[in-house]
Amino acid sequence: MKKIFALFFAGFLASSAFAQEAPDTLVQRVTEEVLEIIRHDKEIQNGSTNKVIDLVDKKVLPHFNFQHMTALALGKEWRKASPQQQQQLTAEFKTLLVRTYSNALTSYKNQKIVYKPFKMAPADTDVLVRTEVHQPGNKPVQLDYSLEKLESGWKVYDVVVAGISLVTNYRDQFGQEVRNGGIDGLIASIAAKNKSLEANQKK
Amino acid sequence: MTKSLGLSPMRKGCRWALGGLLAFALAGNVLAEENPRDPYEGFNRSMFAVNEAIDKYAAKPVAQVYDNAVPLPVKASVGNFFSNVGDLWIGANSAMQGKFSDAGIDIGRLLINSTVGIFGLFDVASELGLEKHEEDFGQTLAVWGVGSGGYLFWPVIGPRTVRDTGGWTVDFFAADPVTYVRPYGVRNSMVVLRFVDVRASLLPADKVVEEAALDKYAYIRDAYLQRRRNQIFDGRPPRLDD
Repeated sequence: MKKIFALFFAGFLASSAFAQEAPDTLVQRVTEEVLEIIRHDKEIQNGSTNKVIDLVDKKVLPHFNFQHMTALALGKEWRKASPQQQQQLTAEFKTLLVRTYSNALTSYKNQKIVYKPFKMAPADTDVLVRTEVHQPGNKPVQLDYSLEKLESGWKVYDVVVAGISLVTNYRDQFGQEVRNGGIDGLIASIAAKNKSLEANQKK
Repeated sequence: MTKSLGLSPMRKGCRWALGGLLAFALAGNVLAEENPRDPYEGFNRSMFAVNEAIDKYAAKPVAQVYDNAVPLPVKASVGNFFSNVGDLWIGANSAMQGKFSDAGIDIGRLLINSTVGIFGLFDVASELGLEKHEEDFGQTLAVWGVGSGGYLFWPVIGPRTVRDTGGWTVDFFAADPVTYVRPYGVRNSMVVLRFVDVRASLLPADKVVEEAALDKYAYIRDAYLQRRRNQIFDGRPPRLDD
């Protein structure tokens, strides 16, 4: 009993320590941890989708708020969706984003991430953390994260690459699908896309 | 004379009918398309299809061969060379937008890279901390207050708004130093090499777009429009409310 209690307490301490982690240090810590793993993992470098998704699942996803991302991608229609539809849509969109952008990670070579100076007021609950991807022979690419403060800590709800939000870039495509087949039509077409990607993937 | 006079009412009628048809088509277009940023979507989608075919059978295979055959340092030098040539016009655009310290950096880059960097083959300036800027005449027009106009998709050239199509024409035909290279054969080879180099640099992005997009046309359009906005505001666009 004592042991369980101690464990519980340790877990509580650990999670509250993370909750207090500032958004910029969070981004930097997670980025460096993930890149360090990729640098030493030959399978990921050779394009193993399963392995990189595993890594992203474990290290990155806990810091993302996919419900907010999906709401942002869908726009006004989000509120018209039933809670069940919202849940299904979030699950499918998460699968799509994780698969496509995890695959992008497998092409990581020797790019260096530069963390831009970050300032926030103590009361801020919504911030932008700016980074840059540097690679020899190319112009640095802007890579920004929007984070919001939740009870469970800071969560990413948007990723912006070279000015392109990976989330709001879906707004018109989602709108198009909803006009054609309603929210359920949208869920079905993302699910179909996920199925075909899974069928084609390199193990 | 009489003949033409006799015909003129008919011509007028024809013109009216044509005008009516055109107006109707445009109205139909506007009614069918709910996207105000893409008023020429029908035209654009057919041009997009043409471009996909050109890309699939010509541009991409050539870029892949180039990417596989040419060693990395050479590719980097090719990219650096054209990047260096571009810094002159980038500097001019920085100046036209009132960003004089940026313009100074652009010209400084050009001078350093053309000399120490051996005709621009090496980007020494970046290593010295003189950061490359992204400017073009379309952005200058935007800063001067010219609206973007509708979105257009051109074969080979790719996505441009109406304003940026105009900007690109100036960039490419008037301001690009490569345009003035003679003999023409050398100039044309340079234009093609630059195109292949740019296409090759986009190869890794292909897969992401293919996988991520529900509708590739719309995905590229919206990415382009977001990216342009970001460029015009030099990486710090004001936040849009969602």
